[in-house]
Amino acid sequence: MIPGQFEYHRPTSVADAVGLLAKLGEEARVVAGGHSLIPMMKMRMAQPDHLVDLQDVSELKYIREDGGDLVIGAMTTQSEVIASDLLAQKCPVLAEAALQIADPQIRNLGTLGGNVANGDPGNDMPAVMQALDARYDLAGPNGTRQVSAREFYEGAYFTALADGEILTAVRFATPAAGHGWCYAKQKRKIGDYATAAAAVILTLSGGKCTAASVTLTNVASTPLHAEAASNALVGTALDAAAIDKAAAEAMAVADPASDGRGPAEFRTRVAGVMVRRATEAARERAAG
Amino acid sequence: MGKMHVKMTVNGKQVEGLAEPRTLLIHFLREDLNLTGPHIGCDTSHCGACTVDMNGMSVKSCTVFVAQANGAEVTTIEGIANADGTLHAIQAAFAEHHGLQCGFCTPGMITRAHRLLQANPSPTEEEIRYGISGNLCRCTGYQNIVKAIQAAATTLNTAAKEAAE
Repeated sequence: MIPGQFEYHRPTSVADAVGLLAKLGEEARVVAGGHSLIPMMKMRMAQPDHLVDLQDVSELKYIREDGGDLVIGAMTTQSEVIASDLLAQKCPVLAEAALQIADPQIRNLGTLGGNVANGDPGNDMPAVMQALDARYDLAGPNGTRQVSAREFYEGAYFTALADGEILTAVRFATPAAGHGWCYAKQKRKIGDYATAAAAVILTLSGGKCTAASVTLTNVASTPLHAEAASNALVGTALDAAAIDKAAAEAMAVADPASDGRGPAEFRTRVAGVMVRRATEAARERAAG
Repeated sequence: MGKMHVKMTVNGKQVEGLAEPRTLLIHFLREDLNLTGPHIGCDTSHCGACTVDMNGMSVKSCTVFVAQANGAEVTTIEGIANADGTLHAIQAAFAEHHGLQCGFCTPGMITRAHRLLQANPSPTEEEIRYGISGNLCRCTGYQNIVKAIQAAATTLNTAAKEAAE
């Protein structure tokens, strides 16, 4: 499969990249790891005239703490997320999710920024970002702005990212020490998108759940922040009744398509099972 | 939208050429450099037959534009054998342990295993299976590939130990 022709650009700063996008107009696309865009281009489902490659924009490659936030540069690869000691210590759900994305070769090039910016409902990191209540830093011709991950996704491949803007970082409040976490994903094989997947982040105090967020991957045209499911856990001891309620609330908002991964009814069921498993694992991992 | 001048280090040698930016790295390697070891299997980044090492990482060269690889350091299966032309321990172990039948996936498997053992010289069976999970083999059922990588790890670790003594 041969993609269409394009002109190639390799800026070395965000300012240059944004400038290029402004100059080249809407026929330009940004490429990070390329593992979503290049397959689309090979199938001629995307035919940009210009490709702006961010690989040399070194200011977009970092994982750091900034006050009470964890901030991850958009060009950080999934492999770098997995290898990060800081994330292993402060926010291990990211490596757990990254390890369930594609395969080692693809994780070496695929980036966190690409995964969250591209708007593919099959991508795993958007739901994790919603569970962490992350914000995305966007840089464009008129400066920078932040958008909540819970408000970023509008439909399959439609996001709040405007023409000419680049997603430069994700940031979220460092989860409380001792928080419970899990990303549970059912897939048919390594490299597959989720039949359904769930992220759960929660905190326990005195055996009671004091905060919880439950989100879902690939059971709608966008990732879903399942607020009713989250609320069903708060104030409970995460007993069987509470988990049943959360799973039922998550299934109520799931609206998957029937596809090769199964009929919609099945995939909805799997979403419930993933919420159940993720909540149980998060409960076991939480201190307090 | 003409061709661009591309320069990279492939198997330790500086190479250059003119290519359209849209040329995939696998096509550049096979058609411009005549390195036909890396194979095109699925052409959709699933099978791993096109796996090469780029800047110290395993990548699928069917999903990298030559423009992105401009300036990179690339190793293909042709660069894996020992300098004296004898088989690398991983290649020898694949032959010894029947790690291949038709051989189509083998260049990708060995190139991937080579990087895996550099990152993790003594992997468990599970780590090997996850490590090669981006490489598909339709003949062997993976058993003998895993055995070959385990055997190669032992050989390489023994050699490293002897060299250190």
